[in-house]
Amino acid sequence: MLDLSSLTDCMSAQRQEEQKDDGRALDEHLEDLSLTQRPLDLAAVRAQLQSKTGKQYWRSLEELADDPNFQELLHKEFPRQAPSEWDESVDRRDFLKLMAASLAFAGLSGCGRAPEQHIIPYVKQPDGMILGKPQFYATAMPFGADAIGLLVESHEGRPTKIEGNPDHPSSLGATNAFAQASILNLYDPDRAQTVTKAGEIQTWAQFLDAAQALAVTLRATRGEGLRILTGIVASPTLAAQIQTILTLYPQAKWHQWEPALGDGVLEGAKLAFGSYVNTVYRPEMAEVILSLDSDFLGSGPGHIRYAREFSRRRKLDQFAELDRLGGEMSRLYVVEPTPSVTGSSADHHLPLRASEIELFARALAAKLGLGGSAAMPPAVDKWLDAVAKDLQQYRRNSLVVAGEQQPAEVHALVHAINAALGGVGITLYYTEPVEARPVNYVESLRELCTDIDASKVDTLLILGVNPVYTAPHDFDFVSKLRFDERNNRKKIQTVIHVSSHFDETSQYCDWHVAESHYLENWSDARAFDGTVSVVQPLIAPLYRTHSTREVLAAFTDKPGVSDYDAVRDRLKAASPSVDFEKFWRKTLNEGVVASSAFAPMNVSLKFIPASLPAAKESSADELEFLFRPDPCIYDGRFANNGWLQELPKPVTKLTWDNAALVSPKTAEKLNLTHSIPSRGGEHGQILSNVIDIWLSGSKVTAAAWILPGQAEGVVVLPLGYGRKNAGYTGTNKGFNAYAVRVSNALWAATAPSTTIRKTGNDYPLACTQYHFNMEGRQILATGTLEEYRKNPNFANEHAELPPKELSLYTGEAEFPYTRDKWAMAIDLNSCNGCNACVIACQAENNIPVVGKDQVMRGREMHWIRIDRYYKAESKTNDPSSYDASLDNPETFFQPVPCQQCENAPCEQVCPVGATAHSAEGLNDMTYNRCIGTRYCSNNCPYKVRRFNFLRFQDWETPQFKLLRNPEVTVRSRGVMEKCTYCVQRITNVRIEAEKKNEPIRDGAIVTACEQACPTQAIVFGNANDPSSRVAKLRAQQRNYTLLGELNSRPRTTYLAVVRNPNPELEKA
Amino acid sequence: MSVGQPPSDSPEIRQLTPVLGPGHTFRSVTDKISAIVLTRPTSLGWFIGFAISFSLTGLLTVAIGWLFTKGVGIWGINIPIGWGFAIVNFVWWIGIGHAGTLISAILFLLNQKWRTSINRFAEAMTLFAVACAGIFPLIHTGRPWMAYYMFPYPSTMGIWPQFRSPLIWDVFAVSTYGTVSLMFWFVGLLPDLATLRDRAIQKPAKIIYGMLAMGWRGSARHWHRYQSAYLLLAGLATPLVLSVHSVISLDFSVSIVPGWHTTIFPPYFVAGAIYSGFAMVISIAIPLRKAYGLEDYITMRHLDNMAKVMLATGLIVAYGYFFEFFLSIYSGNKFDVFLVQQRLHGPYAPFYYSLIICNILTPQLLWSYKMRHNVVVLFIMSIIVNTGMWLERFVIVVISLTRDFDPSAWGRYQPTFWDWATFIGTIGMFVMLIFLFVRVLPAISIAEMRELVAETSEEKE
Repeated sequence: MLDLSSLTDCMSAQRQEEQKDDGRALDEHLEDLSLTQRPLDLAAVRAQLQSKTGKQYWRSLEELADDPNFQELLHKEFPRQAPSEWDESVDRRDFLKLMAASLAFAGLSGCGRAPEQHIIPYVKQPDGMILGKPQFYATAMPFGADAIGLLVESHEGRPTKIEGNPDHPSSLGATNAFAQASILNLYDPDRAQTVTKAGEIQTWAQFLDAAQALAVTLRATRGEGLRILTGIVASPTLAAQIQTILTLYPQAKWHQWEPALGDGVLEGAKLAFGSYVNTVYRPEMAEVILSLDSDFLGSGPGHIRYAREFSRRRKLDQFAELDRLGGEMSRLYVVEPTPSVTGSSADHHLPLRASEIELFARALAAKLGLGGSAAMPPAVDKWLDAVAKDLQQYRRNSLVVAGEQQPAEVHALVHAINAALGGVGITLYYTEPVEARPVNYVESLRELCTDIDASKVDTLLILGVNPVYTAPHDFDFVSKLRFDERNNRKKIQTVIHVSSHFDETSQYCDWHVAESHYLENWSDARAFDGTVSVVQPLIAPLYRTHSTREVLAAFTDKPGVSDYDAVRDRLKAASPSVDFEKFWRKTLNEGVVASSAFAPMNVSLKFIPASLPAAKESSADELEFLFRPDPCIYDGRFANNGWLQELPKPVTKLTWDNAALVSPKTAEKLNLTHSIPSRGGEHGQILSNVIDIWLSGSKVTAAAWILPGQAEGVVVLPLGYGRKNAGYTGTNKGFNAYAVRVSNALWAATAPSTTIRKTGNDYPLACTQYHFNMEGRQILATGTLEEYRKNPNFANEHAELPPKELSLYTGEAEFPYTRDKWAMAIDLNSCNGCNACVIACQAENNIPVVGKDQVMRGREMHWIRIDRYYKAESKTNDPSSYDASLDNPETFFQPVPCQQCENAPCEQVCPVGATAHSAEGLNDMTYNRCIGTRYCSNNCPYKVRRFNFLRFQDWETPQFKLLRNPEVTVRSRGVMEKCTYCVQRITNVRIEAEKKNEPIRDGAIVTACEQACPTQAIVFGNANDPSSRVAKLRAQQRNYTLLGELNSRPRTTYLAVVRNPNPELEKA
Repeated sequence: MSVGQPPSDSPEIRQLTPVLGPGHTFRSVTDKISAIVLTRPTSLGWFIGFAISFSLTGLLTVAIGWLFTKGVGIWGINIPIGWGFAIVNFVWWIGIGHAGTLISAILFLLNQKWRTSINRFAEAMTLFAVACAGIFPLIHTGRPWMAYYMFPYPSTMGIWPQFRSPLIWDVFAVSTYGTVSLMFWFVGLLPDLATLRDRAIQKPAKIIYGMLAMGWRGSARHWHRYQSAYLLLAGLATPLVLSVHSVISLDFSVSIVPGWHTTIFPPYFVAGAIYSGFAMVISIAIPLRKAYGLEDYITMRHLDNMAKVMLATGLIVAYGYFFEFFLSIYSGNKFDVFLVQQRLHGPYAPFYYSLIICNILTPQLLWSYKMRHNVVVLFIMSIIVNTGMWLERFVIVVISLTRDFDPSAWGRYQPTFWDWATFIGTIGMFVMLIFLFVRVLPAISIAEMRELVAETSEEKE
């Protein structure tokens, strides 16, 4: 670690030098131009000649004069300032000047050497660094009220791959799609690269001067008129920095705005306990879990850990007894308006409108004897009864979770229910909030807007947020920043924006400071349970970027304090008694500040459910519009991330666009349909009706997508799309749901169905899997716990595996695979379709992004895809029940990488032997032998092979060259590729094992998908080793092969889904 | 000569036209056929036809140029449909190429005299069809500049092609077929080239034909050698007629894709190939005899016989369709049963029904003597059959791929502009080569026609 910091120091020093150079004006160049006209010092020449001995050759008198200017000219092709000039965009005038200068110099320096730049070899190789071997550093990715602990792989100083940190409580070694893809944000070529003022490039020094000048005036007014707008702050150091500012300028105010974080969580806690508290769940302790519109397995603070804990209780006769806490398989009920990752894993799923969820919670509270009452329709009531009974049966081991987007009342009710059930302290506990200062975001932003309108704001610092795009549309945030032409003034004198991209907000701001990526600067962050991690940089900033803390520090009397010092000092102050150096190193090494997690807090419930005012009546005829963060690009911050844009959304499998998600019945009423064009077809392109949505006095035009399992009358408008200034990848994709989102209906708005009007047009959506029926084939084996107990072999009951003796090649011995026999087992019971593996694979294996048009042609390149199937069977004959196949289907996910068949159909047909079997049973691809006949793909029954139909890789953009994994070939056009079981990782481990002459131990090789998986659904290992995890899984009766009747004998096998439905609801 | 003659008491025999019009002598035959090449002025129609087909060939070059620049992604193929127009067209063209060798070799061995006037251009057509077909396997690869990996050349890396792959068998089958067809055609041309050399007036023509004639003097020894060589080549070419399309059908039946994996494919493909080949010969013969007044040489008898062959092979193909259908259902294999349902009810059902109409229903008209003797009907029908055979390949290649084993990977296929450009471009190239051929080489074998004159006059005597 020390080496890295010295490296960064060195790099930043170099940058500062360059910045100084930048500061010089162009006339200095002109001075250089005229240097040949300086009078020649003949006396000096003579002295020079006399001082030399032996034969001397001299080219000109100037040389002899040893004029330093001439020496410089001689040794450099360009004069000193010119190279740095090219760094920035050069306008026409400067370009012409430089051209003239170059011409003038051509005669003198035409044969000159390249500019002198110092390359320094490792005279002494840094500790632990071996060229060609990656190093891993612990860091963390701050995300909302959470930080995901990471280990980042670094190749010769450039981070290439993100993994989870096993020591970190929120990660436990896994990651999610956002964390995996955040590496691409670092290398995003569209990032803002420097400080600008009104669009003109400035130096950091100039910004510092300006900030200091502002600080002087602000100090005079005690900060009157200074406002700071940030997102959520879970970084203690940044919070301390803001506090310093607020102390320095007592009149200043700090506002926070997060478009995708619900206020209900905090407000509900306040309602229930009288103060803001943070709730931490322990799903592994729960026998029965009820989620009220909470996607706690797929998003929100701690979801990676929750998914792991939940999956521990879903693994049957699992290999590692340690990993299973004994007891029964838990049961999950999910009530939600729109299908989520969590809802798809549920044993019982009940679609209800968001507004009805509050009624449901009230009814549940009433059933549990907490008072109050609410009437539910009979079908729901039956369901509710069963859930209440189940919860009461397990009481202390039951858990109710409320969704982030649900209002405070639901959260308060859930707190009361959990308290009544007695799970507090067992299945959940309370701590102090993770946020440095919890606020109601929308009220905070409203206050800021009111202040601006009242002309109380002179200086506004917008740090890391994009309010012009994300603020509720009734705030009209643009008008706060834009020049007010009517009054001929600007409402705010100085607006300073810090963001990673020059986005929608930046263009209205006076100063824009490019923000560093979290892998570029020192920081710290709190995880969902309060654990503090130090965010270590992996690389010096690629551009002239700065952290928000540095920008804030510019307004203090200590503008020069580095992030590194700030983080260290804060940590030192927080832990004064220890040997700090040792502590610091340990912290950096482990990625976690030891025992920094919040202790569970005792809170007393100050809420009586009966005291709630009567719920708002909502008519069933009205449509309910829900605003939800997009599962792939979140609130829009990942809009320019190609990996996430092309990632099929977990449930809809849409890429590159958002769509207004409509329930099947509502779509029928509104006469909305899909059609499948021939180009792309089910695997690529779906035409959907375009609708105009008139909501809250504004209109948005969206493509409608019919989503099975969504509650009737619900329309979901995913946030984050329709950006106007996101960069090359993210601009103008999808529709902007923020345009119809207002502050008093942030998460749900109701409106009559006339708000939706069909335009009569169709819009092509890129959907990677439209067909969701298994057509009676056993692609996915599913059963209930009861069935499983009766017949553990149910998954293989109907498999018609051909006997091996039937082979035509009789007498020929089967290849023995005596050494290692790589295999993968995927537990479908654990997989919740979260997509982390897809991005992990993309990052590990240099998989290109192909763009919407190519996805629509069915040419996406993901090596692992997650298929989603609906179980189409009606369990009851009651037509009003919720089990109709479209309105509430059971949802299943199945990750499909290459099956690595032992008897691979692809290998037989390749004319050039480009795909062949290895002695360890891998189905290897030799890219430079492949001529691209695509016969192998035709013959692959799983269709897991991916072809480079065009040159999909970006070979030019220098940033992407830094991103790539040097251990994996970058494929060009015309070759086939597919999952290799991360053969580079296998080889690395094998080399090490062979050096030590010992067998490869189980778990030493971890494939990228396996490593990223939050639920440990994917297990890779040696099937020959009976003690390996994979061998144990393969020995399970639940284990089955996909399309085994084809005799392909896959090495990848699946463990059947076993759900644990409530028998009471089953019987009904 | 009584071989091939129907019983003399048949009522139809009286109407049956001879294989050569009446009143022809050695001189008239030679004059008439060589004049097309040597003395008759090139008609405006020829120039127009050539210009159109030449421009289409230009389109082909552009399409291939763009393909090499961008990659096969300019076509409509995707995952799961890895093979599209390129393979459909390849199989179609190779199929068309079958008639030539069949006529030249098998009918020659069976001593069918009526083959004489059509064998030359049928062979030429074969060559051109094989040339068109040969383009596709090369350009459909992702990296055509590496396509030589498919040949067993002595690589310094010591790597051989993968001989278990049917694509390698294709390489050998098609290249052998192309070579033998070319040799057969060229050997057959030798006496005629000599005739042209002797009759040519212009010096360059004399030199070129002279060189191509390879010193043919027409001596008895020449004739003796020529005939044994021709017979040998015919013997060599005969198994190829059956092997080439069988091997190509193995591209499909060796795979495991439902709709491809069928043992009936080899004979069914060969019958289909002959079917489409004869259709193409008819499509060429009819305009050719009309344009150059060759009704005496390519008589109604020829057309009638070819129509009968078409009918017969068409029935075999129909049988093939039926059994493909039956075996899929009978096997009880869920994937095969599903495929049949897809063909009948799936998104591509119209293609399947059009194929049935084109290939099974339409040719039933040929049972009628009247229809077989109606030149216009025959011409239209030959075009319909060729369309039908193209559809058949489309149904087999593309539709089978759209919905195979894993429902999550199902997709659809739509050809792009470049798919069409390449396809139409090869048709243009084929027609252009035919135009060049009739202009510079005798479209009907002079030597064999003279033999026929001799034989028919013998018969009369």
